[in-house]
Amino acid sequence: MPELDFILAGVGGQGIILAGDVLAEVGLRTGHDVKKSEVHGMAQRGGVVTSHVRWGKIVRSPLIEPGTAHFVLGFEALEAARAAHYLGDGGVAVVNRYRLPPPSVTAGQAAYPGDDEVEALITGRGATVAWVEAKTRASALGHPALAGVYLLGYLSATPVLAGSVPRDVWLAALERLVPETHRELNRRAFVEGRENAAG
Amino acid sequence: MSERDTVLLSGNEAVALGAYEAGVKVAAAYPGTPSTEILENLASYPGVYCEWSSNEKVALDGAIGAAYAGRRALAAMKHVGLNVAADSLFYAVYTGLGGGGLVVAVADDPGMHSSQNEQDSRQYARFARVPMLEPSDSAEARQYVKVAFELSERFDTPVLLRLTTRTSHSRSPVAVASAPAGVAGRGRPAVADPLPVPDPHARSAAAALAELAADPGKYVMVPGNARLRHPIVEERMAAVADWAETSGLCRTEPGDLKVGVVTAGVAYHYAREILPSASFLKLGMVWPLPRRAIADFASRVARVLVVEELDPFLEEALRLMGIEVEGKRYFPLVGELDPAAVRRGMAAAGLVAPAPSPCPPPTLPARPPVLCPGCGHRPIFYALRRLGTVVFGDIGCYTLGALPPLAALHTCGCMGGGLGNLQGALKALEFDASDVQAEDGTFRGRPVAVLGDSTFFHAGLPALANLAYNQGGGLVVILDNHTTAMTGHQDHPGTGRTLMAKTAPALDPEAIARALGVEQVATVDAYDLDAFLRTAREFLASRRPAVIVARRPCALKTRRRQRAPLVVAEACNGCGICLRLGCPPLLRDGEKVRVDPDLCTGCGVCVAVCPRRALTTEGGEG
Repeated sequence: MPELDFILAGVGGQGIILAGDVLAEVGLRTGHDVKKSEVHGMAQRGGVVTSHVRWGKIVRSPLIEPGTAHFVLGFEALEAARAAHYLGDGGVAVVNRYRLPPPSVTAGQAAYPGDDEVEALITGRGATVAWVEAKTRASALGHPALAGVYLLGYLSATPVLAGSVPRDVWLAALERLVPETHRELNRRAFVEGRENAAG
Repeated sequence: MSERDTVLLSGNEAVALGAYEAGVKVAAAYPGTPSTEILENLASYPGVYCEWSSNEKVALDGAIGAAYAGRRALAAMKHVGLNVAADSLFYAVYTGLGGGGLVVAVADDPGMHSSQNEQDSRQYARFARVPMLEPSDSAEARQYVKVAFELSERFDTPVLLRLTTRTSHSRSPVAVASAPAGVAGRGRPAVADPLPVPDPHARSAAAALAELAADPGKYVMVPGNARLRHPIVEERMAAVADWAETSGLCRTEPGDLKVGVVTAGVAYHYAREILPSASFLKLGMVWPLPRRAIADFASRVARVLVVEELDPFLEEALRLMGIEVEGKRYFPLVGELDPAAVRRGMAAAGLVAPAPSPCPPPTLPARPPVLCPGCGHRPIFYALRRLGTVVFGDIGCYTLGALPPLAALHTCGCMGGGLGNLQGALKALEFDASDVQAEDGTFRGRPVAVLGDSTFFHAGLPALANLAYNQGGGLVVILDNHTTAMTGHQDHPGTGRTLMAKTAPALDPEAIARALGVEQVATVDAYDLDAFLRTAREFLASRRPAVIVARRPCALKTRRRQRAPLVVAEACNGCGICLRLGCPPLLRDGEKVRVDPDLCTGCGVCVAVCPRRALTTEGGEG
């Protein structure tokens, strides 16, 4: 089983904590030592949320060192860019095609980076980027907050993970962590995201 | 139930699990990030009384009382909460607990993710003479709680359990009895090891209290008794230090003898990751220190490095022991440690190569937290800005009123601090040669104070009594959203519900203000800008003590019950006055203003602000 480090980055209310918990649970179920850490000062009030998830033989630090992460799961484009420096050479950024301008941008005091600038920050780390229509697809499924699980589905089908973690492990972790009333929708979001990546 | 399972628990969940398994009977706390989830989790275990106390001192006094009555008790708080509770900690050290174990969990916030300062609670251990344990991950957090209770009872002392944001809020594996199906290990406790935990106290609470009553020399801290207790405290700490040598809490991990790292807490993991080859002395107990074990470790390595977060606490202690040690010379005194900071320090010490390619975070537009759409605090700050008052603030979501464009909160120091500040500022103003406000007829520059409902019950009551009695003449605005919103919606004495999910008679801030001697008390709907402005002007003009309770339930709690989003009519000329509310759904769109329907709660505050009445609720009720 590969030792992998994941950064999940986005804005409060986007389902980052749940996605991180699922990712951590999958790590545990595939025989890893796992640590997960969140940075969310006042996240519910529109602030940044970053979650670090680490799978390893023995995981020491709950935080990932910049320049070493294998994956960035970007729930929002600006926050994916902000987390890009965590990526190591050969890393992969899976980014929701969704922009949520912060107050300084809506007030006209700052510019939201273009897709090309976001990409440059990621490729500048020697990493690749995959834009995913997660917000759009999640809204179509019934709730924008499903975007996180859709992104997880996409992530699960990227080369390293597709070959090492069976689909059923992801679905079992999801089932354990999502309340029963939301299970079916989350499952559908995951499967759609996974099929999107594979197709 | 015998099957073992591994679940991922946060440090706070693990503390709750450990406390439950240790047979804790009474637990009390006031919510405070990053400590809040300890009590939230503990409350879901059977057979434990848990409460949100009105503040941390009250919580600790309650836990001390339960321990006096012979039961294991826990108090939990954030680092600044321990400042509030410090008086109680110090007397409990002198009296001891008489057999009931007392653990005080205190969660520091290095890096100030959600705090007004960063302080190192280890200093309290030395200051108050209290043993302190510091876990480095969730498994240790669970284990150390149990050790802390045993230590507390064995040495008749409170024991501090130090956590940090990183240990409290990181998840790591904990082995438990078979985990339940369904949602677990996420905001809810895993199932515990099989119960019943044998109650270590055969004594009844009544018997314990009878023993206490028969021993005034131990529990009545008048000078004559306290003078006799102080030497006992010092002897106790020497005995605990001896115990620490063989406690198993201090672990040597042999490695390269050229460098020995002395460390504790989460810093241990950072250091082991960055310098895996070194020898390590990992301290589970950070006060008092196992001096012989440390001296022995130091004598076997060529160079001693201390890696610790915040203060050079261990470093200075080692230096006083005559050990040559390096620490803050390489590692930051300020802020939270992380692997990058530890690598920089190790590189500066010549022990590792610097990071191959430095990875500074990119410069991008910041995303500060903001008051939520529909938040009842927003119109009040908008109004206060219009009045031009100087606003003494407090701790809570409403501190966000300091951010532009509202920029209508001018201080934030500690819980309840604003009310005292107001009294002093008003008294100081009386010494000015001329009264500017009296001359220009406005309230520009007039000081007022704002605080939330939970903060009012926490530390506002004595300050309001003072303001009323000493006739400060100030206006206090209680921003009542009917919850402790900032920490995630905990109940308080004004909500009518307890942590044990029982109903309770809710305290009424208006009635309390009147009872404390404030004659001018008014209630306004926080969304009613005009009513607030009218009342505030009237009260400010009177120059007598006054309280306005501006009431609206927290928008995060009522989000789903709000009305349809607003629409912008043709009449909008793009003047931008509504944008001064700083409400996230209101966006500039070329020459006009646009409303993001996904974010708008339909609160309608902006309707009253728009001079052209261009914002309307014509979408009707949703």
